[in-house]
Amino acid sequence: MSVESAGRPSEAKVVFYNDPRVRSLFFQLILLALIVALFWFAYDNTVTNLKKRNIAQGFGFWNVEAGFDISQTLISYSAASSYGRAFWVGLLNTLLVSFVSIVLATILGVVIGILRLSKNWLIAKLATVYVEIFRNIPLLLILYFWYRGVLGLLPEPRDSIKLPGSIILNTRGLMMPRPVLADAFIYPLVVFVLMTIASIALVWWAGRVQERTGIRPKTGWLIAGLMVLVPSIVFIVSGAPLSFDVPVQGRFNASGGMTLAPEFVSMVVGLTTYTAAFIAENVRAGILAISKGQTEAAQSLGLSHAQTVRLVIMPQALRVIVPLLNSEYLSLTKNSSLGVSIGYPDLVSVFTGTVLNQTGQAVEMVSVTMLVYLTLSLLTSAFMNWFNRRVALVER
Amino acid sequence: MKKLIAAAIVAAASVGLATAASAGTLDNVKAKGQVVCGANPGTAGFGVPDQKGNWTGLDVDYCRAIAAAIFNDPTKVKFVPLSSKDRFTALASGEVDVLIRNSTWTMSRETTLGVIWAGINFYDGQGFMVNKKLNVKSAKELAGATICVQQGTTTELNLADFFRSNKLEYKVVTLGTSEEAVKAYDSGRCDAYTTDRSGLAADRLSMSKPDDHVILPEIISKEPLGPLVRQGDDQWLNLVKWVHFALLTAEEDGITSKNVDEKLKSDDPEIKRVLGTEGKFGESLGLSNAWVVQIVKGVGNYEEIFERNVGPNTPIQLTRASNALWSKGGLQYAPPIR
Repeated sequence: MSVESAGRPSEAKVVFYNDPRVRSLFFQLILLALIVALFWFAYDNTVTNLKKRNIAQGFGFWNVEAGFDISQTLISYSAASSYGRAFWVGLLNTLLVSFVSIVLATILGVVIGILRLSKNWLIAKLATVYVEIFRNIPLLLILYFWYRGVLGLLPEPRDSIKLPGSIILNTRGLMMPRPVLADAFIYPLVVFVLMTIASIALVWWAGRVQERTGIRPKTGWLIAGLMVLVPSIVFIVSGAPLSFDVPVQGRFNASGGMTLAPEFVSMVVGLTTYTAAFIAENVRAGILAISKGQTEAAQSLGLSHAQTVRLVIMPQALRVIVPLLNSEYLSLTKNSSLGVSIGYPDLVSVFTGTVLNQTGQAVEMVSVTMLVYLTLSLLTSAFMNWFNRRVALVER
Repeated sequence: MKKLIAAAIVAAASVGLATAASAGTLDNVKAKGQVVCGANPGTAGFGVPDQKGNWTGLDVDYCRAIAAAIFNDPTKVKFVPLSSKDRFTALASGEVDVLIRNSTWTMSRETTLGVIWAGINFYDGQGFMVNKKLNVKSAKELAGATICVQQGTTTELNLADFFRSNKLEYKVVTLGTSEEAVKAYDSGRCDAYTTDRSGLAADRLSMSKPDDHVILPEIISKEPLGPLVRQGDDQWLNLVKWVHFALLTAEEDGITSKNVDEKLKSDDPEIKRVLGTEGKFGESLGLSNAWVVQIVKGVGNYEEIFERNVGPNTPIQLTRASNALWSKGGLQYAPPIR
């Protein structure tokens, strides 16, 4: 190589249009211009055609009164609120159901994935049956199954199941007493937070001592006392500032208290059971990717089976599992848009459904919704990539 | 590569421009050989296909009447079932030529969606249905009730208005399609189901025990339902509008599918104009002068359509009420054909 390049005249005169850098820059600029032109054309075409057909456009509707009600709202909302407010209500409902389902699906999926590798034949086969059933049924059917098939069988309000603690269960959901916090509740709360910080410090200190001396000081009872006893005393001293709003059976249904609606439960259970089947497979793949030698080496060091899994297998398996989990989380979030079919008011149901129909501005609604899902997906990916870098094998 | 991109842009542009500057809908329909109607995917009496794919219903017969007027053949139609959510987009984008699908005429829809109503073929109002065992006699007693409603309709808004103006608490469960809303109500998820009263009468039939349900007396809104078309094509608007008026005029003049041949011999100048033996009213719409004869032979007059689909002798059992002719105390009124 060096010989060749040395033999070539270094000051070779190249015409500028034969310079590869100029050429590549030129063509990239052309491509960029074409892409910009294409987008501009699509935008202009849409706007012109909508105008021609007297179809409203723009985001003027955002602050207009919505005029419809939503069954589950995490922020205050009424029919007098704006369309913009309805958007946030829908978005928060999507985030809530996705977050809860992701947490539960991960736990269930990891458990089933490990069980599938169990040496117990029956347990391993049961886990396989679970995975094969839920992985091969369309999610919509699973949602219908939980909503109509399981929760739909609950008794009507008149024949409600009454559980201890003023809990009522019927086809309208699970109604529970709602805690009502008085102003003085802030004292035990602050104390509890302080005690938690103190406990964390204690655990850290115990770790340092263990590193230095090899003996870990016993802190269990002390932490229990800090976290439970001290806040309890403060709670009683400040006059027990907590009461409960108990659901009362009314003419149609219990009123008061707080309700876990069957739509939300069906969504969470449906998304969890479905996605857990995929996560279980990812976990299984991750564990199988670790060579048997690792287990044997750990056992020869005298580690117990549980320690082997926790300290040797899982940290390495995570490198395989985490990138796969990422895409499961993304699809779970997107799958939550099936909510409208069982009456769960997620973003697609509220915004791309009702609001779109009341305003008729499909282009704006669909663009905003796409942008929201894109953002959610990118944020999830960013978080998972960060987590992946943390668990990645550090090569020394 | 560059050529490819350029070609793609030109293609996209020509497609975009072609749809933008579409020719008259009537010419398109004639060229296609059929009328494409946006239809209700499943409301008995208004628009519903049976197992064999044969559509029946009042709105469906309106679509056939348009086909009969254009082609002298009521079967030259294609029904596109549309959900409440998709219907206006489907019409505005040109997927269907006319939307006849229990659609309520409102100001905001006509001023922002690029559509225009051609008339009112059914005067309706929103009501509530409850289970008899709840012993509810009036909608005002529904305080604290859970109510199932279909998404993407005026129904959702009227429901909120009704409870707001009466200062009553309620809980709503909003479902994507009317079928899902009916199922949720039938399974006991809601105390009441709300939609237009004609829809309630139809949906009651699909309950597991239809006799267990009653429709409450309150009518909480005006729901003028009718066919609608895209804005900007007055010829097509006129055609749909006058097919509706022709159906009413035929009833008023006593012209039915059975006696239309006899009436052709009539000396009454009004009947002669309607049936096209005098004047050129059909031609002015771009149709044959025998257009009303074709419509009535194809589907009957308004009364026949009503009685056949939703009248007292059908399972829906609706009376004419507001939908009677103006001369019989109702609201249906057609301007004169002259």
